[in-house]
Amino acid sequence: MYAWLWNHLPGPTALRVLICAVALAAIVAVLFIWVFPWLEPRLPFTDVTVDAASSTGLSTAGDRITSL
Amino acid sequence: MTTSVTSEHDPPGTSAPRAARGWAAVGVIGELLITVGVVLLLFVAYQLWWTNVVAERAADQQAIALQDSWSRPPLTPGGGEEGTEKQRRPKLGDAFALMYIPRLSDKVWGMPVLESVELPDLARGIGHYPESQLPGQKGNFAVAAHRATNGEPFRDIDRLRVGDKVYVEDRDSWFEYTLQRDRIVAPQDGWVIEPVPGEPGAKPVERLITLTTCNPRWASTSRWIWWGELSNSWDKATEDVPAAIKAGR
Repeated sequence: MYAWLWNHLPGPTALRVLICAVALAAIVAVLFIWVFPWLEPRLPFTDVTVDAASSTGLSTAGDRITSL
Repeated sequence: MTTSVTSEHDPPGTSAPRAARGWAAVGVIGELLITVGVVLLLFVAYQLWWTNVVAERAADQQAIALQDSWSRPPLTPGGGEEGTEKQRRPKLGDAFALMYIPRLSDKVWGMPVLESVELPDLARGIGHYPESQLPGQKGNFAVAAHRATNGEPFRDIDRLRVGDKVYVEDRDSWFEYTLQRDRIVAPQDGWVIEPVPGEPGAKPVERLITLTTCNPRWASTSRWIWWGELSNSWDKATEDVPAAIKAGR
C-alpha cells in the first residue's frame, strides 16, 4: 500500500519526501484538531460526569459528581 | 515451485500468481494494522500530553482575564459591594474565582474556578457545581477538577492531608478553608455536595468546601472527595493578602 503510494508520487526522491512530510503533518493536525477532541468524551477515560439517581433535593439536572 | 503455477481458472489478463496476490493482501493488512497502531499512539500522546498543554494555556488566559476584570469596577450595579451571603451568581461557564492550594502548588496556584462542571469547562480550570454555594457562603462550595489529562489540577490529590489549607480568591475577598476529612465514594453519591453533606434539606450552619475528582487516577470508577471548613477570610479592600499566598508557591 505505502510502496504503491510512494511509487505513484511525482518527482525526485527529495520532492516525494517533502510531499510525505506535508501529508503526515496534515493528517496529524486533522487528528489532533478534530478527530481526537470528538473521540475523547466518547471514551471511558474522561467519562467524568455521572448522573446521580439520588433524591437529595438538589436540582435534578446538575446532580453529578465529577470527574476524571 | 508450486507458487509459480498459474491456475487455469484465473481470469484472462491477470498474470500475477494467486499466491503472490495473497501475500500482497497480507502486506496491505499489515500496513493497515501498523497505521492503526500509530494512530492509537498518537491518541495517547494527545490525551496525556496535548490536552494538558491546551488546558494549561486556557486556564492561564482565564486567570488573566479574571484578574483584569477585577481591576475594573463591576459591570452590573450591586455586584461586589454586598456581603458574602449575597454574592452575585456568576454566569454559567464564567470564571469567578481563583484557587490556591499550597500542598498542590505545582498545579493549583491561581487556578481559575468556573461556574460549570461540563467537560469543555473543566478543560479550562476547576469547575464549580452551579447548584452549590459560592465561596464563603453558609453551605457547601463544591468544586470538581480533572485528576488526569486536561490540565489535571487535582493530579496530586493523594498528597493532601487533614489540616491542609485551600485558598479561594474572588473579587472582594480571600477565603481560607481547612481540610477536615476525605472519602472515596461512588459516582452516584450526589449527597457529598449538598449544603450539609448527607443531610438533604438540612439548614446549613457551617461554611464548607468540597473537592471532587476521579479515583483511581486513570479510571473513573469512583470519586475522591475532600471536605473542609472555612477557617478564615479577608476583605481585599481593607486587609492584606494572606501570608501563605504572599509567601508564594
